[in-house]
Amino acid sequence: MRIAVCIKQVPDTKSVKMDPTTGTVVRKGVQSIVNPLDLYALETALQMKETYGAETVAVSMGPPQAIEAVKEAIAMGIDGGALISDRAFAGSDTWATAYILAAAIKQLGHFDLIICGERATDGDTGQIGPEIAAELDMPTVTYVNKLIAAEAKAVKVSRLVEDGAEEVAMELPGVLTVVKEVGEPRLPTLRGKLKAKSTEITSMALKDLELNTSYIGLKGSPTRVVKIFQPKVVRECRKVYAENEGMVEEAVEQLVGFLKSREVLAS
Amino acid sequence: MKNDIWIVAEQHQGKVAGISFELLTRGLALAAKSGQKLCAMLFGHNIEESGLQELIDRGADMVAVIDAPELKNFLVEPYSQCMLEILRKYEPQIVLAGATSSGRTVLPYVAMTAHTGLTADCTELDIEPESGLLLQTRPAIGGNIMATIKCPDFRPQMATIRPRSTPQAPRLAGRAGTIERLPLPEKAKFSRVRFDRFIPEEEEFNLQDAERIVVVGRGIKKAENLPLIRELADALGAAVGATREVIDRGWLSYPHQIGLSGKTVTPKFYFAVGVSGAIQHLAGMQTSETIVAVNSDPEAQIFQVADFGIVGNLFEVLPPLIEKIKRGEKAW
Repeated sequence: MRIAVCIKQVPDTKSVKMDPTTGTVVRKGVQSIVNPLDLYALETALQMKETYGAETVAVSMGPPQAIEAVKEAIAMGIDGGALISDRAFAGSDTWATAYILAAAIKQLGHFDLIICGERATDGDTGQIGPEIAAELDMPTVTYVNKLIAAEAKAVKVSRLVEDGAEEVAMELPGVLTVVKEVGEPRLPTLRGKLKAKSTEITSMALKDLELNTSYIGLKGSPTRVVKIFQPKVVRECRKVYAENEGMVEEAVEQLVGFLKSREVLAS
Repeated sequence: MKNDIWIVAEQHQGKVAGISFELLTRGLALAAKSGQKLCAMLFGHNIEESGLQELIDRGADMVAVIDAPELKNFLVEPYSQCMLEILRKYEPQIVLAGATSSGRTVLPYVAMTAHTGLTADCTELDIEPESGLLLQTRPAIGGNIMATIKCPDFRPQMATIRPRSTPQAPRLAGRAGTIERLPLPEKAKFSRVRFDRFIPEEEEFNLQDAERIVVVGRGIKKAENLPLIRELADALGAAVGATREVIDRGWLSYPHQIGLSGKTVTPKFYFAVGVSGAIQHLAGMQTSETIVAVNSDPEAQIFQVADFGIVGNLFEVLPPLIEKIKRGEKAW
């Protein structure tokens, strides 16, 4: 079995700060990490490799420094990696990104299974997995929380839905997107890190792929970002201070009055 | 019925789901601005007749239904083929679906095949007056920024809408509308995914249905202090929710998580206890009707979205508050 795992390098959103005067995201000093939700996709691939035997490849599209993300995947135990990078790809929306990723995956040979994280923590769309499946004419199962069984031509999985879980079987080749419940991602090992240093990462640019150039990058993207702004907060908070015992009683009294006025408590 | 605004209604076991009526609210607002008709598509099996009428009562001018055994459970390929059939036949300008487990799966599948743009998890929609284009606004980078997106050159303009980000459209009995039944498209008879079984959630816990929620943040300090929160929730008849930090520490289970990586909630009453108000959390609760917060830090961001706030130690504030609420109950 051959498994491709799609991963993305993202800014560490935990460290993202807003500039209070300009209202913009401060990118300086923000670390790049492997999208935390992609670690579960890598973990799923590694579990399949251990249980059923598989060749695993991490595939990432991004700027040249995204090679670090691919190396981290290898340090976790993934066998090989590919970086898809070209200035012409910059500004791609999810449609264009899936179009490019699908072409790259095709180029890398036959895969039985493609695994993606639920979504990336920067874009937060969760669209790439199903879009790659559609582009490659493969079936897909999303929000997979458990891998039940796998054989050469099918996988059986459980997926999370609003009010429970569904067990489904998917013919291979196919695309899975996985959620946190699939299992705690393992950490990179020292041996893995050494291997990551010596493993040659396949690099792919526009010239290496069969692509219609009018479908890629900012120009080829169906969607356009027209405005970016800071979410505005519009509530007047009535603040009461309860910093010592006497004040606590008064504050609670006021809160109860407020709750009655809003009909949270009966008056 | 071409060039109209469409919503993707959902059904569960034949019953039209609430998200459909939220989407009608969105659709009605857009239709009022653009003058287009509002249509709903619905796929399933043994769909209740009354549900179709309800879609009309709540705002749809037309409902297109495909009812077939192959559509009993959500499967991406048959559902995609049905949606593509609607796209071919009616050429919608706009297609809105819920950002649900099925909507977030089938919409990207269809958008890719139909070669058009799709915006995920929108919280605001509008029509650009000069162009008539759909303006789709959504949070990005962990809710730190909002982005407005449009799809100028491809049709339909597609978006998934965050559940519970808007109320359901009210029912107006006797509203006129038509129901069109379409046969199952040939290609929709084929699926490479097989549905085996549904396992309902063991714990009947649905935070999103709760009208009142008490939410606990890191300020609770340790799991051993949680009974205090439960006592408050019980006194108020509220469900218990939590911030990501509380979930990450394993103090409460994931279904309790509110925020960008958890659930979006819009209860009538939201009580934040020891919640700092990280932007990711605010993104999942700030549309609640009444928001109250208790936090020891007067600068805590939660106060920015609260209607009423107590700046103080929650361990000092909650016991007398619970006492007062309980006493009020007895008097009542």
